[in-house]
Amino acid sequence: MKSEFTPPIGKISQIRGKCISLIGNDIDTDRIIPARFLKCVNFDSLGKSVFEDDRKTLKGSHPFDLKENQNSSILIVNSNFGCGSSREHAPQALIRWGIRAIIGESFAEIFYSNCLAIGIPCFTLPKKSIQNIQKYNISRNLFLEIDLKNSAAKSEDFNFILEIKESSKKMFLSGEWDATAKLLENYSLVEKKFKQLPYIKFGK
Amino acid sequence: MSKDTLFDKVWDLHKVASLSGGSDQIFIGLHLIHEVTSPQAFGALKDRNLKVKFPSRTVATVDHIVPTDNQSRPFKDNLAEQMIETLEKNCLQHKIRFFNIGSGNQGIVHVVAPELGLTQPGMTIACGDSHTSTHGAFGSIAFGIGTSQVRDVLATQTIAMNKLKVRQIWCENKLSHGVYAKDLVLHIINELGVKAGVGFAYEFAGPAINALSMEERMTICNMSIEGGARCGYVNPDEKTFNYIKNKLCAPKNENWDEALIWWQSLKSDANSIYDDVVKFDASNVEPTVTWGITPGQSIGINQQVPLLEELSPNDQFVAKEAYEYMGFEPGQSIKNTPVDVCFIGSCTNGRISDLRVAAKVLKDKKVSSNIKAFVVPGSEKVATEAKQEGLDKIFKDSGFQWREPGCSMCLAMNSDKLIGNQVSASSSNRNFKGRQGSPNGRTLLMSPAMVAAAAINGKVSDVREFIN
Repeated sequence: MKSEFTPPIGKISQIRGKCISLIGNDIDTDRIIPARFLKCVNFDSLGKSVFEDDRKTLKGSHPFDLKENQNSSILIVNSNFGCGSSREHAPQALIRWGIRAIIGESFAEIFYSNCLAIGIPCFTLPKKSIQNIQKYNISRNLFLEIDLKNSAAKSEDFNFILEIKESSKKMFLSGEWDATAKLLENYSLVEKKFKQLPYIKFGK
Repeated sequence: MSKDTLFDKVWDLHKVASLSGGSDQIFIGLHLIHEVTSPQAFGALKDRNLKVKFPSRTVATVDHIVPTDNQSRPFKDNLAEQMIETLEKNCLQHKIRFFNIGSGNQGIVHVVAPELGLTQPGMTIACGDSHTSTHGAFGSIAFGIGTSQVRDVLATQTIAMNKLKVRQIWCENKLSHGVYAKDLVLHIINELGVKAGVGFAYEFAGPAINALSMEERMTICNMSIEGGARCGYVNPDEKTFNYIKNKLCAPKNENWDEALIWWQSLKSDANSIYDDVVKFDASNVEPTVTWGITPGQSIGINQQVPLLEELSPNDQFVAKEAYEYMGFEPGQSIKNTPVDVCFIGSCTNGRISDLRVAAKVLKDKKVSSNIKAFVVPGSEKVATEAKQEGLDKIFKDSGFQWREPGCSMCLAMNSDKLIGNQVSASSSNRNFKGRQGSPNGRTLLMSPAMVAAAAINGKVSDVREFIN
């Protein structure tokens, strides 16, 4: 886990780092960060508690505890990762542990949009490709260099093309993944919409 | 691509602009906040020197962290106290309506907003909670958001979002006696899978859905997210309008007449186009219980925990994990599984009709001696109504503890938790590993009536044997 956290800012076009593979389908946000850690008014201390209960159960053999996985930043997961609660605490815990990109077979919807909103690109690959990468990664270090513009990942041994929603890709490349400023730009349209909506005048 | 569905109509009505990259900027008509996912959003506003743009469109209550035994302040748990204080301060500072403990209107955010008449057809509703889909029962388009999006709604009253596809889930016939909305939605999730809804809004329709009460429809829409769908809804009808009428925040007088005319026009057209349609026969659904660690792993009360080879290859991985975690043998009956704790409550099944159904089962019966059973009303209003009807007395006489309103052991952020590997029969929505507060605690999801039956027998039981 990184001791100092610097959040991503602005345009994101390249991610380089060591991969960490976490095997399992339907890994929910309660497992990523158990609810008791949601008792906080900021996200600062979440990194160390990521996967707390799973890690305790595995007594040091959880991927996030293995020595060779420390300082990893690209997480490789399977299907429906991040299902369940909308808690942004889940990706906030991951990013504070050091994760900067996730590659998986599929992602739960709210988790995906939370990752987008805090600057973690989530890429998809077919099941078989994910399994191959995980198999490779279990026995040796895998360093990837991801070029977001071309959705391309390369390592010493192989190159592959990742999939990512076109809208998400554009938001990372333009920096608009941090949406507030962009949304504020249309403020006059928002005011207009507010006045047009039939129910605003129905009262409170 | 869907066309002329209620979802399309409400989406288009609220679209402010197309954003570069293909997502839309959507106006949020009603923003609900609570103590867990809002403090960081207010913090971000402060960091960026932004204000709440439309404070009148945000409403707050406190639910996740509240104790259910003693709610006097300060809370015993310092962190919980800090969270409620932060919410109080933020609401005061930004002039946001806050239904606090003791107001008579506090409770689980997804119970409170409908019972106050805040939730109305044709609105977009967002909240930093995945069960926001509940509000779709009224024909609103409602979905959970993360904290960064809470920040965006506070700052702009809009979010950036890709339009969802629409899948109609048509439910033919009607539920049989002793089978409830919870059973139907567990059945649907089991059939379609926990990730089938990703990218979709679910429109629940058909005779079986039309026959449901508003509270039952809320149960169904509430669990859309457990099937992967961020949003679920039902086209509004007379039941919807009657439920809203005369509620505290409902339109009044000439506003009511105008609202009604608009609401009656809000529904999917007869010839609307869906991205997908699936059909179910509600009369085939049995009382349903989960046996695993995802809400999709459920079976009818008279069925057996599935064998590995009966499952699709995709489901086998999680099934193996579930057998081991839950301690079930493949092929074992779910009926007669001993339970330790019985919990009735949550945004799925903590409403007055849920309490009525459970109390009917419990009347003149006793909870099995070794069971810890407790009921947590979904809101102060639910609690008051239940007391007026004498339901609290029925629960207490049977051996259930009667608690104060909140989310409680649905996610165990307060002191209501399983201990060790206890098995809980729970009317809540998630059976994830560790969900109910113990890292090896085990959850069996079922309807409130089934929880009551389990409490009496001390084991998973068929509620139909208790009711005429």
